[in-house]
Amino acid sequence: MFLAQVHVTYKPSILDPQAVAIKNAMHRLNFTTVDAVTQGKYFELTLDVDSAEQAQAQAEAICDQLLANPNMETYRYDVKELAQS
Amino acid sequence: MMKFAVISFPGSNCDEDLYYAITDALHEDATIVPHTATDLAGFDAVLIPGGFSYGDYLRSGAIAKFAPVMPAVKQFAASGRPVLGICNGFQILTEAGLLPGTLQHNRDMQFICEPEPLTVTNHKTMFTSQFDANQVITLPIAHGEGNYYCDEQTLASLKANHQIAFTYRHNPNGSVNDIAGITNQAGNVLGMMPHPERAVETILGSQDGLAIFESLRQSQLRTV
Repeated sequence: MFLAQVHVTYKPSILDPQAVAIKNAMHRLNFTTVDAVTQGKYFELTLDVDSAEQAQAQAEAICDQLLANPNMETYRYDVKELAQS
Repeated sequence: MMKFAVISFPGSNCDEDLYYAITDALHEDATIVPHTATDLAGFDAVLIPGGFSYGDYLRSGAIAKFAPVMPAVKQFAASGRPVLGICNGFQILTEAGLLPGTLQHNRDMQFICEPEPLTVTNHKTMFTSQFDANQVITLPIAHGEGNYYCDEQTLASLKANHQIAFTYRHNPNGSVNDIAGITNQAGNVLGMMPHPERAVETILGSQDGLAIFESLRQSQLRTV
């Protein structure tokens, strides 16, 4: 078993009004050091595959077809083997 | 009679409005087709309604694009017959790759539900032939994610191919180039955020939407 941890975020060119609202709230809380906020989605995929290479190939295909919209989002992922339970 | 298919996904909520717009206002035939259908044979036009298909989980339209009915919708579109996606239907058509671009969250973080003045930017499509050039119409909008986005290259090709069908007079949501509705390059797939099916009777405040369905009927009459 492998675990793929996937992060999907907006491309820098995309306006994210939610992230702007969160940043503004931080400023109201006097966290004035916050210069920028990026908001995204996080997924954990537990994959029944035999190798890290297979896990990466699966994660990438799933991101391309479903988890990210390439018009406005980018993704990155990390893969690690899960200890046998 | 002209036969319209209204596709209903789990979470669609404008399917019945579309059904009544076609049957009661246009006086043509409509069938609500479940998302599990795999065949659209016998229909003359496909309508993809507004709502929150699959709860808008992940992204609006992202799950609906894999619904069992979608291969048939793609095939229908590829055959050159009309496909109209309204609101969530527009979002589904962009996710499915039948139309370019994406619908983002509205610029000002608000869900907007208002009558909205529009310009008919292209009145020479099978969806807009009953309008005059640059006619100003009013249709209701009701969306939180209607902010149309595409890159500059895509926008240039939309303009060059006259694919921009409707633009907002007073851009409510931050859409690129004030875009409210676009067609595909072939001109037989239209996606629009405003709701023509909610503007088919004067008692509802506007009859401007009916001309879109009337345009479809006229295009059908010409091909028969």
